[in-house]
Amino acid sequence: MFAYIVRRLVYAIPILIGVNLLTFILFFVVNSPDDMAVSQLGQKYVTPEAVQAWKRKNGYDLPLFLNSQEQGAGALTETIFFTKSVKLFAFDFGRSESGRDITTDVSTRMWPSLAVALPTFVVGIWVNICVALMVVMFHATRLDRWAVFVFVALMSISYLFYIIGGQYLVAKTWKLVPISGFNGEIQPWKFLLLPVLVGVIAGIGAGARWYRTLFLEESNQDYVRTARAKGASEIRILFRHILPNALIPILTGVVVVIPSLFMGGLLIESFFGIPGLGSYMLDAINSQDFAIVRAMVFIGSILYIVGLILTDISYTWADPRLRLD
Amino acid sequence: MKPLLLWSDLLIFLLVVVLTVFFLRLARDPQTREHWREVFSTRLGMVTMTLILVYVGIALLDSLHFRRALEPVAGSPEGEVFYSNKVTSVLDVMLGGMGERFERTYSAPFALDSFEKQDMKDDNGLTYRDFPPLEHAGRHLDHPGERWDDVLAKSAAALLWGALFSVLAIALQWAFLRRSPFPWHASWITQAAVICSAVWLVSMSRHYHVLGTDLGGADVAYQSIKGIRTGVLLGTLATLIMLPIAVSLGVMAGYFKGWVDDVVQYLYTTLSSIPGILLIAASVLLFQVYIDLHPDFFSIGLEKADARFLALCFILGVTSWSSLCRLIRAETLKISQLGYVQAAHAFGVSHHRILVRHILPNVTHIILITFVLDFSALVLAEAVLSYIGVGIDPNMASWGNMINGARSELSREPVVWWTLSGAFFFMFVLVLAANLFSDLVRDAFDPRSGAGRSAT
Amino acid sequence: MTTLAAPVMQVSNLRVDVAESGEAILKGVSFELRAGEIFALVGESGSGKSVTSLAAMRLLPNALRITGGEVRVGSEDLFDLSEADMQTVRGERVAMIFQNAMSALNPVQTAGEQVAETLRLHTRLSGDALRDRVVQLFAEVGIQDAGARYDFYPHQLSGGQQQRVMIAMALACEPDILIADEPTTALDVTIQAQVLALIRGLTRSRNLAVLLITHDMGVVKNTADEVGVMYRGEIIERAPVDEFFHNPREDYSRRLIAALPDLTRFHDSAAEESLLQLDDVKVYFPIRKGVLQRVVDYTRAVDGVTLKIGRGETYALVGESGSGKSTLGRAILNLESVAAGQITFLGQPIHTLGRRAMLPYRKKIQVVFQNPHSSMNPRLTVNRIISEGMDSLGMGLSAEQREQRIASLLQRVQLDVALGQRYPHELSGGQLQRIAIARALAVEPELIICDEPTSALDVSIRSGVLELLQELQRDSGVSYLFITHDLSIVPSLAHRVGVMQAGRLVEQGSAEQILTRPQHPYTQALLASVPRVDST
Repeated sequence: MFAYIVRRLVYAIPILIGVNLLTFILFFVVNSPDDMAVSQLGQKYVTPEAVQAWKRKNGYDLPLFLNSQEQGAGALTETIFFTKSVKLFAFDFGRSESGRDITTDVSTRMWPSLAVALPTFVVGIWVNICVALMVVMFHATRLDRWAVFVFVALMSISYLFYIIGGQYLVAKTWKLVPISGFNGEIQPWKFLLLPVLVGVIAGIGAGARWYRTLFLEESNQDYVRTARAKGASEIRILFRHILPNALIPILTGVVVVIPSLFMGGLLIESFFGIPGLGSYMLDAINSQDFAIVRAMVFIGSILYIVGLILTDISYTWADPRLRLD
Repeated sequence: MKPLLLWSDLLIFLLVVVLTVFFLRLARDPQTREHWREVFSTRLGMVTMTLILVYVGIALLDSLHFRRALEPVAGSPEGEVFYSNKVTSVLDVMLGGMGERFERTYSAPFALDSFEKQDMKDDNGLTYRDFPPLEHAGRHLDHPGERWDDVLAKSAAALLWGALFSVLAIALQWAFLRRSPFPWHASWITQAAVICSAVWLVSMSRHYHVLGTDLGGADVAYQSIKGIRTGVLLGTLATLIMLPIAVSLGVMAGYFKGWVDDVVQYLYTTLSSIPGILLIAASVLLFQVYIDLHPDFFSIGLEKADARFLALCFILGVTSWSSLCRLIRAETLKISQLGYVQAAHAFGVSHHRILVRHILPNVTHIILITFVLDFSALVLAEAVLSYIGVGIDPNMASWGNMINGARSELSREPVVWWTLSGAFFFMFVLVLAANLFSDLVRDAFDPRSGAGRSAT
Repeated sequence: MTTLAAPVMQVSNLRVDVAESGEAILKGVSFELRAGEIFALVGESGSGKSVTSLAAMRLLPNALRITGGEVRVGSEDLFDLSEADMQTVRGERVAMIFQNAMSALNPVQTAGEQVAETLRLHTRLSGDALRDRVVQLFAEVGIQDAGARYDFYPHQLSGGQQQRVMIAMALACEPDILIADEPTTALDVTIQAQVLALIRGLTRSRNLAVLLITHDMGVVKNTADEVGVMYRGEIIERAPVDEFFHNPREDYSRRLIAALPDLTRFHDSAAEESLLQLDDVKVYFPIRKGVLQRVVDYTRAVDGVTLKIGRGETYALVGESGSGKSTLGRAILNLESVAAGQITFLGQPIHTLGRRAMLPYRKKIQVVFQNPHSSMNPRLTVNRIISEGMDSLGMGLSAEQREQRIASLLQRVQLDVALGQRYPHELSGGQLQRIAIARALAVEPELIICDEPTSALDVSIRSGVLELLQELQRDSGVSYLFITHDLSIVPSLAHRVGVMQAGRLVEQGSAEQILTRPQHPYTQALLASVPRVDST
């Protein structure tokens, strides 16, 4: 088990290097720093001097890979590749184009993200499993067929409409909670309620439909027939036999996103004005702040890889048939 | 009139040809035919397929572009013709100029007056503030009070015409298809509904804005219909770009194993570890920078928007192949263990031939299922990306842009709800039809689903 | 044997339909079970024997429905009970065990828990008393170290132990009736014999009424008291077991019995000229461990096999699953790399040949696989499947010649030429296996490796395929390496026999020698579990 985790961590290194190289190529080779300067400054103010000044200010005036003017190690370290990409590995994200320290931003903004994403995640899974179990109990009846249709219809509605609809109904028409905003000290639940509710409802269609399929797949297994032959009731079979077995595929699909909960949701956060990492990314995209985007890509990849490892570990925990080595 | 072929037009017609060939080839195989028969023997399959074809048809009509010749200006040399900078499509013509009736700003559905007050001068030259009457709505009415009677009368006439057209269309099909074992009547009812609403919409839009107008005064119904091409094209083109990458890499990884497998797995793990939306956003932004810096590449605005649209398809395709690749790799691993591949090895059949003859035909069901499943996902993604600002160019009609433009207006009093409703309705119908259809396709083609139903 | 006892369970005129199409699956099945006796329901796949047992327990899948008949247990008709009452019948009065215990046991629950669940459902036992009872049951069904096995998960137990857990689960509440649906089919022959002995013993000791469902006449002969032969949803013949085997009334029954091995007639070893020779062949698969995935050990799949096959000879390689016999077959085909030793075909070492250099030998060594459904590409017509080898090995035939050749091949394997236009899924298992043989024959091989070619086929079809193989050998002098787990088909087929266990060839010799005077204890154990016609 320990050897396995170590091995997975070792395997993560080439992946992170790959992510790093890819972002570097995207941001500095496909588009040169000059292009970036031009688009940041705006077409009107472009003069060679302004471009140079902008590049110097943001640290883009170095050569890409090799600095022939520096001696020794400096030839490698005084380059864009080293200062902008390699330093990410030390969690040194540098400063955004607007001069803010990204590391501080990230560490303060991840908590509001988590405050929305975690309840959405937990409540969402719980609701989906409950709904799916209920539908499975009525399998092969008219109710089941209509439920599937409703799931598909719910899936076919864009996420944007869930948010807009939720804000309009709950906050504007019924005036139950504030439309948007966030306050960590005074009654934070008031601000969290609507985003979590919207997130959960938006996920029911896809989630419950998927879990239903998993439950039905399990209910066709031989051991279910064995349990029936023992004289177990349908309810007991559902909860004692089908559910524990179906939890295995559910886990693998679900655990991988847990670390990414820190990243928050782009849409939810921007609509509800929650100062988390999701809205941070969105602002960065809108202001074309590539330093932040680079940093978030790197963080996102790390969290995803952690998620993959957690998935494997949770597998062994849920499925006695698996032993990692 | 001068025809204009945008790159995306070319690609979509190419795509239609490719897909037709693909499906015809598939249909030669009796098992595949059997599966399709299963899909279309349900009423739901017929209805959803009809709806999807209607959308695709609209998208294709909207992809036949041309530029109108301008009236010769006095003084210009004889024989030289100038063309309008505005690009028109065959669909625009069929909609009877629905897109050319602009108002100043918002107006509600079937409204006669604008939504916002405006300074106006009365006959005596005095300035006053009131809701100005719309330029293209209810002009034929003598009195505003006649509006609803007029709407009713015109609706009845339009529906009558619609029914007539429907009967003609269905009678023609009935003559050929009445002995077919498939539930064509379901398709016919859908067709009739579509034809009637189309006739109604076009004829009403001559006198009213059926779904109102948006901030810029454009007709919302027209905008929603124009969004169809964007949605359909994005859904198909992006998958088409992704397919060759995913299939070739997946098949090679699963078949050759060893270092090829390691490299492919490394590639897709790396790619899927990057948060998709960031990768897409970054790529689109970078491309936008490129477009901005090279404005001289594109002679008209639509070409620029088209380039960005194609780039978006390309980026979506290149960033989304990992899940299909993983599926195909797993299936290929399974197939290469099967007797017929082993037997082919024992006959000394070359790798290339085994891949083409034995592996590829047996993973096509996965490709097909992914193609239909991804379609609706991409249509939904377009709206989100456009909202974030990395989607379709704002100059191009798309549902995402409509939502983006309208969301802030919900806080107004009274609410501007019609822009959202238009986008919602047209998008929902397409995505729902595609989702339901993909369910049927998966049930028919996926050997895993439905296997548990057999007895003993 | 007391056949006078009153029936414990009486099934009469049971009818089952496919719910959607109304197609009849069972057409009025009647039989009765008596305490202390085993009633065997024999039939081939699709004959409706499993449906009979599931219908009697009201456990049919939704696609099927019961349309008539009654199932009496004592004075009650099970079809009149409510679902809740039925749940008290299942497990308490009528218990079931299923084929393939690995999948019939819940993989995420311990073996002990699963047996305990039955007890919890029908008794008031709990706590230590419950656990003790389960351990006691484990001991009764012959699970060694019963206390420790309680906390094992199914995958940690061997196939035989899993089936014993199933039996313990069934017996937990001391039912009167036991329905065993192919209880030994997935097991190796030696284990199969033990499990059957256990069931027979329990029948007597607990005075159980047993319904034993099987396709295997050997199992019937060794275990049952009474036989019912099922064919297309009907019981066509019922008789006490001795009478049945000596004096079958129906043609179909006779065919089933004829498939049992005759251990009195053997083939002479005919061959002189050596075709294929293996010298101390080893095939190893690496086991990797640790952070760096270094190779720490090897699985010795084939661990030093030496044998010789002559021209026109059939060499039967017998062994249980996992003994390495199929791996050896693949190694001969050069589809598996050989770690040590030498494979010589007509004097030429072939295991070192590259892809291209191997091509001439691919014509001479061909293969027929176990599962006919997976050994045909479902997207190709039979004609194209057969012509694959001719195309890739460059037989230099014109299109017309090739067509003629396919037609003659189909005739040689006794199939209609028109089948050439069909696709695999339209054909039966027996037809497909004949096509697999035709495909191999197409390149005129001198050796065909038959990897369990008949084990996926029903008994009555099996003998046809075996006869075909022998006929082809007489006509063309082709040699066979016949890989099988089933000793019973060996005498009618093989000249020489080799017995494999854990990668090693423990014994080899002429068929007569191995089957009548086995030396190695493993061979003796294998042989003991083979039913014979003459051993009455």
